[in-house]
Amino acid sequence: MTQQATVVLGVIGADVHAVGNQILAHALEEAAIKVVNIGVMASQKEFIEAALETGADAIWVSSLYGHGEMDCRGLRDKAVEAGIGDVMMYIGGNLVIGKQEWSKVEDLFLKMGFNRAYPPGTMPEEAISDLKEDLALRGV
Amino acid sequence: MSRALLIDIGSTYTKARLFDLNNLTLLASGRAFTTIETDVSTGLSKALAQLPDWETADYKLACSSAAGGLKIIAIGLVPALTAEAARRAALGAGSKVLATYSYQLTGEDINNIIKEQPDIILLAGGTDGGNQEVILHNARLIAASNLKQPILVAGNRNAQAKVANMLTEAGKEIYLTENVMPRLEELNIKPAREQIREIFLEKIIKAKGLDRVNQLIDGVIMPTPAAVLEAAALLADGTEDEPGLGELLVVDIGGATTDLHSIATGNPTDGAVNWQGLEEPYQKRTVEGDLGMRYSAPSLVQVVGEKKLKRYYQEYFSEPLDDFALEEYLAKLHNQPAYLAQTAEEINIDSLLGRLAARLATQRHVGQLKTTYTPMGAVKSQTGKDLTKLKTVIGTGGVIVNHEQPDFILAGTSYQDLERPELLAPLAAEYYLDQKYLLAATGLLAGVAPDKALALLKKYLLKL
Ligand code: B12
Repeated sequence: MTQQATVVLGVIGADVHAVGNQILAHALEEAAIKVVNIGVMASQKEFIEAALETGADAIWVSSLYGHGEMDCRGLRDKAVEAGIGDVMMYIGGNLVIGKQEWSKVEDLFLKMGFNRAYPPGTMPEEAISDLKEDLALRGV
Repeated sequence: MSRALLIDIGSTYTKARLFDLNNLTLLASGRAFTTIETDVSTGLSKALAQLPDWETADYKLACSSAAGGLKIIAIGLVPALTAEAARRAALGAGSKVLATYSYQLTGEDINNIIKEQPDIILLAGGTDGGNQEVILHNARLIAASNLKQPILVAGNRNAQAKVANMLTEAGKEIYLTENVMPRLEELNIKPAREQIREIFLEKIIKAKGLDRVNQLIDGVIMPTPAAVLEAAALLADGTEDEPGLGELLVVDIGGATTDLHSIATGNPTDGAVNWQGLEEPYQKRTVEGDLGMRYSAPSLVQVVGEKKLKRYYQEYFSEPLDDFALEEYLAKLHNQPAYLAQTAEEINIDSLLGRLAARLATQRHVGQLKTTYTPMGAVKSQTGKDLTKLKTVIGTGGVIVNHEQPDFILAGTSYQDLERPELLAPLAAEYYLDQKYLLAATGLLAGVAPDKALALLKKYLLKL
């Protein structure tokens, strides 16, 4: 990597689960990635504007309380309008209510414009290594 | 005595009316065929000849929907964001939106735009500081085309100068205004709307030959739908000295389209609801090109479905509707825009079509509530306007005004009628009738004598 990658990190919607967010921030920093942490209860607009402002390479969205679908609808469209349509978007946490077949959940979120979606219990390291790969492909 | 001469130059008729503003009475009215193809002032003179002393009226103003009205092509980036914002700006200016385009235009799109013959092209795309690429691409294609129409640029502020240069260098006539969506989800359509009105005054009137009326009257000052919207806003908000009726909905069912104008914030009436999506304009106009009583009757029936239509017919009129009669009548309506229902059956079909046009247009105009069941209980989110608490629905236009039971048609706007519990339509509104067709006329007057305009409206609106 020639320049330091930047990730906007936050928990979307009315979700207050803060512990995972802190752990992710820490893990990203450990991996020498610059973190712009907008914290819990972050709106779509805050994600997009933080990414725009900081020239972020990726947006990492967490959703723990089960209404990830509702909270994330239109996020990619907003990125397009804001001029960062090709920003990398990942999502993880407990994306839907209860236990549902992961492949279907993943499909739903990929269709919504996320580049990657992670099931509950994913270790941060797994996603960090994916991110490095994805960004390397883009020459970051 | 203060008097106002108010004229509507329609696609078929030119209607002129003279009002006494002191006594709030209609002194006289005149009507003649619109003569836009030759010289619009010929028809106007004929209509005016039926009025006494019109020359000395204090105000002599006209609105027009002749020569296709004001036709706009709206271009944005994302369909639900800047393209929708551009469309709403155009509708709010009283225009007919011929088509809305999003993302990168193609050569074929440009050919279609040329074929559609718009009066104005509204070019938006990108929030301020946001995407420039797409609006620049679209401007480049427009610059290289032989489109001659005025182009109103209302996109990303940071791309305005480049877009302007490109189009000016190509010899296009361009106007610049504020972005229709400067920040994500924030709607800013007023500047574009006002600029459209100005272009209408400066250019379109002349291009359509409507400036010929200037030898007789003060001039055509706005498209007819814009006048209706002005009047609706005046009636809702009132003036400095006189209160209005509060939030309201105007329903105008025509032969080809059904227009709804709501003057209402549409804020959630339930405190626990969060609002999602694009901001809603306080003055919102929607136009349904597939819902109408004559030319668009077949498409209206197609939207409803024939089976359902027959079921409703049975329900409302307690007798079955004959297949053949319906088909025959629809063909007649489509081809004869001036046809008047003759038989009891035709009258019933008309009533039903009116009610269904009102219902479907309301379904598309109002917002909806979505309930998501979460571990925290039910969470409600709203998109679009909540009109459930709205108290006033006003019917205007020939179909409703001439109908024996206008309230039967207007009931199509009610929550109970929509059969879709998630839609936020008026729960218990009172119905009024614009029995004297005052909306467009008073909209013209609103700019120069708002108190009189409001008084006229209040005096003649008929409570049903
Ligand atoms: C602590 C907790 C709370 C606390 C939160 C305190 C705080 N400020 O953080 C309180 C009590 C406030 C709370 C409230 C609620 N909670 Co709670 N809560 C939990 C609990 C027990 C632990 C969460 C936690 O901290 N985990 C530890 C962290 C490290 O893990 P994590 O958050 O999952 O994050 C990791 C991974 O998921 C992943 N990850 C997360 N995001 C992302 C993003 C990317 C891009 C990637 C790659 C990875 C990734 O990496 C993180 C680090 O390893 C969980 C159950 C559980 N065991 O997970 C329930 C749980 C999350 N809560 C739940 C619920 C239902 C609620 C409430 C709705 C309860 C209620 N009825 O009021 C409210 C919601 C409040 C709100 N508006 O958000 C449910 C969610 C159910 C669902 N989604 O189907 C859970 C799963 C419990 C359950 N089994 O029912 N909760």
